Amino acid sequence: MTTVYEPWDETRGAEIIAEHSRQEGATLVILHALQEAFGYVPEAAIPMVAQALNLSRAEVHGVFTFYHDFRHKPAGRHVLKLCRAEACQAAGGDALAARAEATLGVSLGSTTADDRVTLEPIYCLGLCATAPSAMLDGRLFGRLDEKRIDALVAEAKR
Amino acid sequence: MSIRLYVSRDAGALAVGADEVALALEQAAAKRGIAVEIVRTGSRGLYWLEPLVEVATPQGRIAFGPVTKADVPSLLDALASNTPHLLRLGATDEIPWLKRQTRLTFARCGVIDPRSLDDYRAHGGYKGLERALSLGSEAILNDVTASGLRGRGGAGFPTGIKWKTVAQAKADRKFIVCNADEGDSGTFADRMIMEGDPFLVIEGMTTAGITVGATKGYIYIRSEYPHAVEAMNAAIVAAKRDGYLGANIGSSTHSFDLEVRVGAGAYICGEETSLLESLEGRRGLVRAKPPLPAHHGLFGKPTVINNVLSFAAIPFILAEGAKAYADFGMGRSRGTMPIQLAGNIRHGGLFETAFGVTLGELVDDIGGGTFTGRPVRAVQVGGPLGAYFPRALFDTPFDYEAFAARDGLIGHGGIVVFDDSVDMRKQARFAMEFCAVESCGKCTPCRIGSTRGVETIEKIINGERVSENLALVEDLCNTMKFGSLCALGGFTPYPVLSALKHFREDFVPAPTTLQAAE
Repeated sequence: MTTVYEPWDETRGAEIIAEHSRQEGATLVILHALQEAFGYVPEAAIPMVAQALNLSRAEVHGVFTFYHDFRHKPAGRHVLKLCRAEACQAAGGDALAARAEATLGVSLGSTTADDRVTLEPIYCLGLCATAPSAMLDGRLFGRLDEKRIDALVAEAKR
Repeated sequence: MSIRLYVSRDAGALAVGADEVALALEQAAAKRGIAVEIVRTGSRGLYWLEPLVEVATPQGRIAFGPVTKADVPSLLDALASNTPHLLRLGATDEIPWLKRQTRLTFARCGVIDPRSLDDYRAHGGYKGLERALSLGSEAILNDVTASGLRGRGGAGFPTGIKWKTVAQAKADRKFIVCNADEGDSGTFADRMIMEGDPFLVIEGMTTAGITVGATKGYIYIRSEYPHAVEAMNAAIVAAKRDGYLGANIGSSTHSFDLEVRVGAGAYICGEETSLLESLEGRRGLVRAKPPLPAHHGLFGKPTVINNVLSFAAIPFILAEGAKAYADFGMGRSRGTMPIQLAGNIRHGGLFETAFGVTLGELVDDIGGGTFTGRPVRAVQVGGPLGAYFPRALFDTPFDYEAFAARDGLIGHGGIVVFDDSVDMRKQARFAMEFCAVESCGKCTPCRIGSTRGVETIEKIINGERVSENLALVEDLCNTMKFGSLCALGGFTPYPVLSALKHFREDFVPAPTTLQAAE
């Protein structure tokens, strides 16, 4: 299940911004909406957000770069997030993360050369009683072991 | 005759295949010509038994678990012919792990359909709000104060006092903010209640609104919880439709509206002032206190900001009375705490119980030790900022003050269990690393201290001037503890210092036998 994103388009971007700009404290809401549509927050959208909210470009850029979620460029076709927080560490998550890195040939936080898989750490999915856990394109997986992580990686690579 | 089945739609159950099981049940039943109705509930919190399948019988619900797709045909056969099945656990309410609990906040979680307001009301929902509307502000404040409820986010500040401060503040607008940025590893109670009983959170927030005179509320949910976001949004739509949100709530003169806002992957936004900044659309930089949010909160207006579990405790207190809640607990920790057992644990899940249960009972007895079967060596209580406790401190009762007296904190009630393969040097380094990555950068002890902390612990791991560097880490922790603006920099020393103190042998290599032989 791959999420299909629209290519960046200024008119469409302006529409999305206008749709949310009347809310109080709209910056994050707008950045989320842009990323949901385009898969990332295009550089060109930052000054447009600033203008719509009567903020400086630096302020919006500051918000955009503060939060881990917002992407500067599109992710790979599939996004595999591995929980790296303490509960998953306690349940053997370190070894599974290393295994996924080795199989994909990339380290956490990067995308494979063929743009198929983005492998990312996530700090807690709240599945701490069924650790170690992961999220593949929004679907959740718990009680991971070597076999299950291999299957997830294989699915992501397809 | 139709068989009514219950399968959880909680994220923790989905992660281990609940959707697959529900689908398989539907398909297998259709194939056999058996009529089934599958109700998707929240989770009971017995995660090692998920996916849990319950069946309605005249004697109550009977549980089966953990069920896999492959078990479905035999399970349906057993149900249709009323014969025994290997996965049968008996009456759900009689499962000892559940029966031992005192479920006040989580009474409905896993029982009702979280999408159904009718189901919520049929199980006692909105009784608290109805009473609140008849009581009026002052009497509600008395009840909340008398219940002894303290902030369940971790700080443990008395909720009644916070609400009273906002109620007395004069302003054109006031706000209610629910902190659902549950970022601590080992905690999932907020997620569970939002997914399993979302109307409870709405009822608690609405009660806060009518008490302090606020007409707008926000629920700030972390982006890592998409299922909770969906559940809360669906519940808000349903509550609006039935007149429980919006103008003239329950035909009263009070109005209250709610909106979900989604975080963006910043741990620091669980800190209340950082959360308010984020809600206002800014970088999540921590604000200096005072002024308190109660006086100068969201958009500069008086604001009640509470954790999900604090709001979720309110309906019980109002429906059953302050005393019914305060009768549970010990010392100044009144009522119940939804404790979350996590990590390397055999029976992981949510265990709501009165304060006072010991750490050892929770880990060994209720949790059943590790799932790897190896001895428990360390447990981290209260998330990434909580202390590591060794077995020697397992007599510590679950109570705000008792944990503080032993240089720890109960935080949001999460317990992460580690077996004897844990390397405490790695855990200490991780605590500093996490702080360095998540620091908002506003104050120096947290921003710089955490980075220096990582470097210094690395030197210790590499065996460089170990005793000098240990002293340096301790000194650094002291600076962070007393010099940081908020709990991120201020509490990161807890896991680090507790690891150093209770697991010293991991940091200081044992003297070599070679020297002894000379």
